[in-house]
Amino acid sequence: MPNTKRKSSPRGGPAELERIAERVLKLGKERGSHETEVDVSSGVDALTRFANNTIHQNVAEQILSISVRAVVDGHTARATTNKTDDESLARTVAAAVSLARNQPENPDLLPMLRAQKYQKVSRFVAATAATTPEERARAVTRVCKMADKAKQTAAGIFVSGQTHSLLANSKGLAARYEQTRSEFSVTILEENSSGWAKSNSPDIRTIDPDALAESASRKATASRAPRELPPGHYTTILEPSAVLDLVGFLFYDFAGTAILDKRSCLTGRLGKKLFGENINLWDDVYHPFQTGAPFDGEGLPRQKVLLVDRGVPKNLVYSRATAKKMKAKPTGHGFSLPNDYGEAPMNLVFAGGDKSTDEMIRTTERGILVTRLWYIREVDPYEKILTGTTRDGTFLIENGKVAGGIRNFRFNQSVIETLSNVEMLGPAVRAAGEESFEMVVPAMKVRDFHFSEATKF
Amino acid sequence: MQDLANLALDTAKRRGASYADARVMDIRHRDIAVKNGEVGTLAESESLGIGIRVVAGGAWGFASTDRLTREGVQACAAEAVAIAKASALAKRENVALAPEATYVDTWQNPFLKDPFRIPVERQIEVLLAADEEMRRVKGVTVAEGSMSFRRIEQLFASSSGSSIHQIKMQSGAGIVATSFAGTEIQKRSYPNSFGGQHMLQGYELVESLDLPANAGRMAEECVALHSAAQCPEGQHTIILDSSQLGLQIHESIGHPIELDRVLGQEANFAGMSFLTTEKLRKLKYGSDIVNVVADARLEHGPGLGTFAYDDEGVPAQCTPIITNGLFTGYLSNRETAASVGEKRSGGTMRCESWNRLPMIRMTNISINPGTWKYDDLIADTDDAVLMETNRSWSIDDRRYHFQFSTEIGWEIKGGKKGRMIKNPSYSGITTEFWNSCDAICSRDYWTLWGTPNCGKGQPMQTMGTGHGASPARFRNVKVGVAFAK
Repeated sequence: MPNTKRKSSPRGGPAELERIAERVLKLGKERGSHETEVDVSSGVDALTRFANNTIHQNVAEQILSISVRAVVDGHTARATTNKTDDESLARTVAAAVSLARNQPENPDLLPMLRAQKYQKVSRFVAATAATTPEERARAVTRVCKMADKAKQTAAGIFVSGQTHSLLANSKGLAARYEQTRSEFSVTILEENSSGWAKSNSPDIRTIDPDALAESASRKATASRAPRELPPGHYTTILEPSAVLDLVGFLFYDFAGTAILDKRSCLTGRLGKKLFGENINLWDDVYHPFQTGAPFDGEGLPRQKVLLVDRGVPKNLVYSRATAKKMKAKPTGHGFSLPNDYGEAPMNLVFAGGDKSTDEMIRTTERGILVTRLWYIREVDPYEKILTGTTRDGTFLIENGKVAGGIRNFRFNQSVIETLSNVEMLGPAVRAAGEESFEMVVPAMKVRDFHFSEATKF
Repeated sequence: MQDLANLALDTAKRRGASYADARVMDIRHRDIAVKNGEVGTLAESESLGIGIRVVAGGAWGFASTDRLTREGVQACAAEAVAIAKASALAKRENVALAPEATYVDTWQNPFLKDPFRIPVERQIEVLLAADEEMRRVKGVTVAEGSMSFRRIEQLFASSSGSSIHQIKMQSGAGIVATSFAGTEIQKRSYPNSFGGQHMLQGYELVESLDLPANAGRMAEECVALHSAAQCPEGQHTIILDSSQLGLQIHESIGHPIELDRVLGQEANFAGMSFLTTEKLRKLKYGSDIVNVVADARLEHGPGLGTFAYDDEGVPAQCTPIITNGLFTGYLSNRETAASVGEKRSGGTMRCESWNRLPMIRMTNISINPGTWKYDDLIADTDDAVLMETNRSWSIDDRRYHFQFSTEIGWEIKGGKKGRMIKNPSYSGITTEFWNSCDAICSRDYWTLWGTPNCGKGQPMQTMGTGHGASPARFRNVKVGVAFAK
């Protein structure tokens, strides 16, 4: 078997990023950019995909991106390339300068930042970076054999990868970050039922494919021969992945720009009780379960921000430009410039509670247990009504016990109402779903969740 | 490009690949967005790289790189073979591909005006003019406009001897007015929501849309929605405009006919399909007037699903999907065609970029025009809700139960278009819905819409698809469920 192990510093390693950044900043000065910013990032990603108890897709990619922002007389624009030769870099810088010159002045543009100090986060794990296709294939083979033995069908992915990035500018700022990532997701199917589990982490050693597959397998078995229930309002226990995918739709509402544009559901509601007393929410990139760089798109250090305090939306996040407009202090949540959206909290952390899912079930006379949600879309942006369906493990709870699988439901439910009706909270965990970026959320027991229609399976 | 591809194929074969193909892609973007009189996004980007797909040990492997040196391409090809051999650890059977001829060809979609040669300040001027028109209307809280242009040059080469060079030029543009009042956020988009209209055309598409001339009407409708009547609840007749019907086709026909989804390959993420293979040529998908095709050929129109060859080197084709209401075809590739008794791939393999594996994707999935004039259709309708421009869409993971809402609706009473309706929504079961179709407007009202943001696969790939449609009427549809308490 050939050795396909990636070295820990592949093309696009820290030294190469520094060289490229230095070259671009020099070119910026030569080409007439009054201020220049360069974001150089590289990545190696590999993904093994399986279905019908066999690997059907196995891919790897190596990428490098050089994104240049030029400022000329208060105008700014961006050009991006993945070509690293001198001619391509010079052309990209020239394109950024030319685009910047040919647009109206941006009155909100602020001077680029000088050098900043960042709190250290450690999210690069050598074991993850060194993962081979054979290691992923062996884990997947074990899961497929497990499914075969149980007369079930497995489908899923096993991912490993790493990224390095450097954000630098002509004022002396240099923000460096590196991170590894790993993810295992599995769906176990039976004739008329299914179960699902997913986990991701910078450290592949914390991912247990066998345990995740066993959990999905148990759900598929327990939801066999699902019965159809009438639509209506039910007490509903949302497992963390289901909570994540619902509350993930709230994140942009906490952006200063969303308030300025009157597109936030918090317009006119800041400082007033909106959710239940037991809802507390922060944005906190430094939380041990969180991932991501400790700086924003302009290189400003990210701050921990209390967004909701005992049900009251208290604070917003701000980029530098939005903060100036709103007479607030920037919080380090701005996107790379230029952009239309300003900023957003990307590292949400909900406070958890101490109730286990078993206790939530035990205290429920009649209700629904939801594993995950699917295809969620916003129906009403101010009342925050979302629609979507349940998927891969939806159960009826009767008299404190799981009474069997049910056909999937469509819901039309306000997130604001959901967070006002939370009766119990589980411990907050790093959750992974498919509709939202990862965040730290608890399982929730919610009263009066509105399932509007039943599906046919 | 050819030298890089040849090097990749030679290396893969030397390393033990029984089949290999390589895609060298050079992709250029320009994106412009304005908001409330200011330029928000102004960016250009380019990306060049190679993706190498191989069969070795009877299993698939794929690797990609943007390191286009001799060493970089050789290492990438070697990695693709090594990955295939790792895949073989869990294989059930050897990969088998339907036969396909070899092709040496070059193709470029026709266009009149290269959008990258139009000065960016002229493009910004158009967007700012539309933006200003929208903000003239009192009550508009956000005015936005955007343009995006994409040039994709690619070379496909295979170990079977094909060498296909294609250049595709895409353009897109749209505007949207948003208004907040009381406890409501309403919006109106032109010519379609979520980025407007996108086609395989040059800048002439943007000029034909005339964004500034339509901006005022959108803004006025947006503000008027606040005082419009709420959409009724219950079983009703509905008429969908062609853009909403295009999305209805995308979600409830285009996705369920993807054969990889049907065969379980997307089970963990995008889901499966209610269209299991025994339903082919047996299921009554729609009423007798419903005829749908998957057509990637240029003669169908310059859609986002138009090309000369797919990313597996198979020529563009037209596949009948629904014929007089009967389900007659899937979207297939060389690996899956045999599973539904086809001798040849339907030519639907597409990839987003050089670093992504081609997969079965929609091409142009379009409903054939009917016979109705639009005014006659309205005059023939006694009581209905006319729904225009998608606002939200959701469908289950088998593509069977859906719910859509649109930006605006109109009451139809006694054959006449009446008052405005806000928050229109409808839901249903895919086959019941299509069987309730009793009128489709003619070619004069047919538009080939572009959906630029279709997501599928892991790693996720975003692909543009085309959907030709004209306004159509559906009976006895559940309306208003999204806002029901």
